Amino acid sequence: MVTSVVPMQRTRPLNMGRIIVWSLFALLLVAAPHVFTSSLALSMLTQMGYLIIILLSYNILLGQGGMLSFGHAVYTGMGAFIAIHTMNLATQGKVPVPLVLIPLVGGLGGMAIAILLGFVTTKKSGTTFAMITLGIGELVASMSLMFPGFFGGEGGVTTNRTYGNPFLGFTFGPQIQVYYLIAFYCFICTALMFAFTGTPLGRILNAVRDNPERVEFIGYNTQRVRYFAFIIAGFFAGIGGGLSAINFEIVNASDSLSGARSGGYLLFAFLGGATVFFGPIIGAVLLVFASVMLSELTKAWLLYLGLIFLFMVMFAPGGVASLIMMNLRVARFGRFRPFWLLYLGLILTGGVMAVGAAALVEMVYHVQLNSALGPEVGFAGLTLDTSRIGSWLGAAAVALVGLGLLELVRRRFARVWGEAQEAIQAEVKRLENE
Amino acid sequence: MSRPVKAMNHALQIQGLRKSFGKTEIIRGIDLAIEAGDRIAIIGPNGAGKSTLFNLISGRLTPTSGEVLLNGQRIDGKTPYEINRLGLSRSFQITNIFPKLSVFENLRCGVLWSLGYRYTFLRFLSNMHDANERTEELLQQVGLARKRDVLAVNLTYAEQRALEIGVTIAGGASVILLDEPTAGMSKTETAHFIALIKQVTTGKTLLTVEHDMGVVFGLADKIAVVVYGEVIAFDTPAAVRANARVQEAYLGSSVADAQGQGH
Repeated sequence: MVTSVVPMQRTRPLNMGRIIVWSLFALLLVAAPHVFTSSLALSMLTQMGYLIIILLSYNILLGQGGMLSFGHAVYTGMGAFIAIHTMNLATQGKVPVPLVLIPLVGGLGGMAIAILLGFVTTKKSGTTFAMITLGIGELVASMSLMFPGFFGGEGGVTTNRTYGNPFLGFTFGPQIQVYYLIAFYCFICTALMFAFTGTPLGRILNAVRDNPERVEFIGYNTQRVRYFAFIIAGFFAGIGGGLSAINFEIVNASDSLSGARSGGYLLFAFLGGATVFFGPIIGAVLLVFASVMLSELTKAWLLYLGLIFLFMVMFAPGGVASLIMMNLRVARFGRFRPFWLLYLGLILTGGVMAVGAAALVEMVYHVQLNSALGPEVGFAGLTLDTSRIGSWLGAAAVALVGLGLLELVRRRFARVWGEAQEAIQAEVKRLENE
Repeated sequence: MSRPVKAMNHALQIQGLRKSFGKTEIIRGIDLAIEAGDRIAIIGPNGAGKSTLFNLISGRLTPTSGEVLLNGQRIDGKTPYEINRLGLSRSFQITNIFPKLSVFENLRCGVLWSLGYRYTFLRFLSNMHDANERTEELLQQVGLARKRDVLAVNLTYAEQRALEIGVTIAGGASVILLDEPTAGMSKTETAHFIALIKQVTTGKTLLTVEHDMGVVFGLADKIAVVVYGEVIAFDTPAAVRANARVQEAYLGSSVADAQGQGH
């Protein structure tokens, strides 16, 4: 692993590369709903918008602070509840908060909860921290059943986002207007969280992640560093929660505050890449694809997700973002050429193995869950008959052949990759000593 | 060497210091008064309590009884960061840096508190010119300017040791504790490193734990010999060398070795 969370910042007044990247990001947010025009696409893009904020806020803890939290849904969920109650109060005319400021209310709510609960949580680091977040997560989730007045019981709390006067002509009734509200917050929050990485607190947080003991000996109270970072993460998590409340017009405790939700944030922040700032953005996109599309496609989607997570932890612990960064590094040193073919090989052989394995999984799921519908299951345009041994043997054969070929390609890939890395190391050494 | 002793002039004063782990007493009543600007080497056999003494002074451990005064102010029982803010900084025997931060970032982290930036998150590091200039200075001082943007984890061992010293002195502390700074280094690296330590601790009070006798006699104004949790001698190198009790208890042949090396 040679990627640091924050790229080096030299004191340059104008950083063209950075301006281009941020402009592209803004352009992408603006243009996306015009490129993908279906209502499903719009709904997915909207979810990506606030999930980007949530996963980036989660990564302030995980990637930048080394704090493995199992309870981030507490802060997004509480932000969402506080936001939705504020919306209902505003509808009744009791508080004068326009809809465009509701996410901020959610943010302040998440921050307040983080101030309250974070004080205990951040007393310790490492495993103890993780355990406390788990405990507090369960505590808040179970408390939601004890206070149905605030949490709305099993039905949750509902609202109508089209209250008040239109803002600059926007009523926020149509989904596209909600998308742009979320996209606006997404851009601002992403920029703010990136800016945070370049401040003293942001940098000392990295130091606390790397070596908390040493930080104590350079004048910093590590507990306070963790606490402040936790509060900031809670603020952005609350904004994300508030935006989700606006999007769905309903918040349900059994879903929004659940441990499964917290686990999802952890999983996808990790898959996207916790060691690189933009990793969680990829994670948010993957999360939406997995929960919206993969879950439509197959009943076994959680199983596939678990397998993907497993392989990621084993082979690319830096997530997708670190894979991208490592390959960019190889490309920058002009050594990417042999990898085109190797990646093609990996994808093809891996694809063959995946098809075989997926066919087996689908057949097992069919036998277990849908056998009343007959022995036949549709798979990738084929019809597999679970009552015939040939289907099973065929699928297994495809999986095994794929696995064998994949292993062959993988070995070759590992060798060429190692050679490229060695060459790059030598090149770096040479440049350093020039 | 011996100057007239004035109580207020003591950078560090240790009185009746004791530390027990369970029933075992590791530090058994240490008294030391160290004058500002002196370079002190603490020597003693393995397990004598040298590192424990450092941990007690720097706040990593809390004394069982006794007092530690930094520039006349009680620091025993305070946390490491409180002690650091009062002007005492230490390095570690096992390299203790920030592996995934660059050399520059490592040093800048050490600089920030002393310049009053604390937990700021409303200003950019890149605009903090005093911090950046000080960091560049440090890079030059510890000889790592060419490794500025290299991640600390990718440095050689000797470079990491130099970085460790750099992080230790970054905050401008007046009292510096170095725990075996040259451990694991080759002879030539050690010689180079001693020169570095001398240079960066000019005008500061230095305490160092050291095993290499050549280093001790080359660096120290005074030597404190710790045996079984007690200071059995605290004097100039020449006097310690001549001290019969020290020779008997600990030094013996290693003094001869050091003299043999031309010290």
